[in-house]
Amino acid sequence: MKLNNEIVEKSVPWLVVLTLLVISVGGLVEIVPLFFQHSTTQPVEGVKPYDPVRLTGRDIYIREGCYLCHSQMIRPFRAETERYGHYSVAGEFVYDHPFQWGSKRTGPDLARVGGRYSDNWHRVHLLNPRDVVPESNMPAFGWLDRPILDHDRNSIQAKMRALRAVGVPYTDAEIADAPKALEGHTEIDALIAYLQGLGTAIKTTR
Amino acid sequence: MSDFVSDTWHYYVMGLVILSLLFCVWILASNMTRRVKGPVTLHSHIWDEDLQEYNNPLPRWWMWLFWLALIFGAVYFVLYPGLGRFPGKFGWTAVNQYSAEVAAEDAVVRPIYEKYMKQDLLAVAAEPEAQAMGQRLFLTYCAQCHGSDARGAKGFPNLADNDWLHGGSPEAVKTTITHGRIAAMPPFGPVLGAEGAKDVANYVRSLSGLAHDSLRAQRGREAFAANCVVCHGPEGKGNVELGAPNLTDKIWLWGSSEATIIETATHGRMNQMPAFGERLGEEKVYLLAAYVLGLSHAQAK
Repeated sequence: MKLNNEIVEKSVPWLVVLTLLVISVGGLVEIVPLFFQHSTTQPVEGVKPYDPVRLTGRDIYIREGCYLCHSQMIRPFRAETERYGHYSVAGEFVYDHPFQWGSKRTGPDLARVGGRYSDNWHRVHLLNPRDVVPESNMPAFGWLDRPILDHDRNSIQAKMRALRAVGVPYTDAEIADAPKALEGHTEIDALIAYLQGLGTAIKTTR
Repeated sequence: MSDFVSDTWHYYVMGLVILSLLFCVWILASNMTRRVKGPVTLHSHIWDEDLQEYNNPLPRWWMWLFWLALIFGAVYFVLYPGLGRFPGKFGWTAVNQYSAEVAAEDAVVRPIYEKYMKQDLLAVAAEPEAQAMGQRLFLTYCAQCHGSDARGAKGFPNLADNDWLHGGSPEAVKTTITHGRIAAMPPFGPVLGAEGAKDVANYVRSLSGLAHDSLRAQRGREAFAANCVVCHGPEGKGNVELGAPNLTDKIWLWGSSEATIIETATHGRMNQMPAFGERLGEEKVYLLAAYVLGLSHAQAK
């Protein structure tokens, strides 16, 4: 049989349909099946949905663009696990929408930063990193020492409902109590609470 | 690792992959035309009145590269995982590769650790090679708080001096690294008041011979005896059980200025050393303890 490119070049509908078909194969084979695997959809033991404070901290993490310099993905190489701890597994991220794996490490990976430093260290370091790490080139986030913004507190319930819609098992009671849980917290508290919970479900190095 | 919720997905992936491969084979096979002698043929369609396209065969080098790529793909799917949950003839997994990498390194490193684990901690602290190893570990895991020279920062203890908040015996240092430490100084602002805090600060400064207002120090002495001796001791020499600093030496965790001491006394301090036992494992903790002990012993000499 002899193929002729005339049909594709002269008919826009065929061009659209065939192009879509070709570029969708990669996604259909590599992405769609991930939603139907146990290892990518079940939380590993100890992974809990973010409580309201941590969830707000996570949104501050995203707002400040931390993901631009910090990854949250320890690859299974010895050099990485020696420095950061056990390699990341898919089941640790099932409540992350969207996940914060990142793709660039200007600073260190943060997938298992939880419990590695004291709260006080994080506070000093976020407000001015040079106070504890003189050679650091991380920006100072001095404005974080302020109460959680009103619009963040007002939108927490909507956020949690949206997350519930994509599979995070928040109960009605948890959503109802969420604004109260945020009272009296500063942004830096929330961010530190988020950081201190990162990767703590798996404690062993290997 | 492919642990699909049902077999359907296994066949779905396999089917799509094989179909795609076969599709490429079909495309290539149906374009194997060779150039024929004579004038070059043209495609039949005409654009903009007279614009036409040559109908040349695919370049040979390109076509054979495509065939090679397809053969490579087919061989790959036989040897490596890719077809659904078929593991491939090599049985390769990322975790296996990682374990092999770790095992190879362990074979080199473990005997070195074992040699040191059998020795007394102070003997290890005197070994230059162990100190070099300890320093590299320290720079990776500890320098963020204690500084690359181990001299600490405001609120983060200096490890290179001879003063220890939680004890400087080999056992105590090892315990500190393994299990972490928490030390809290409660806020005394409500008890002391602004003036009282200033008095106590002057007394505390007098303990280590710093410049102070002797009248205030005199008053501060009483307030100190009433509030501070429980942790810092009657002479202000501290208590390693509680991590309460010795106030009579010239070593300061948060700072020696009057203003800083007032801040400490008024608002209290909360300090935590995180636990590294699970994170690092016994061997690395041992080497790190030896390194830290070595630092302060070097200082003592």
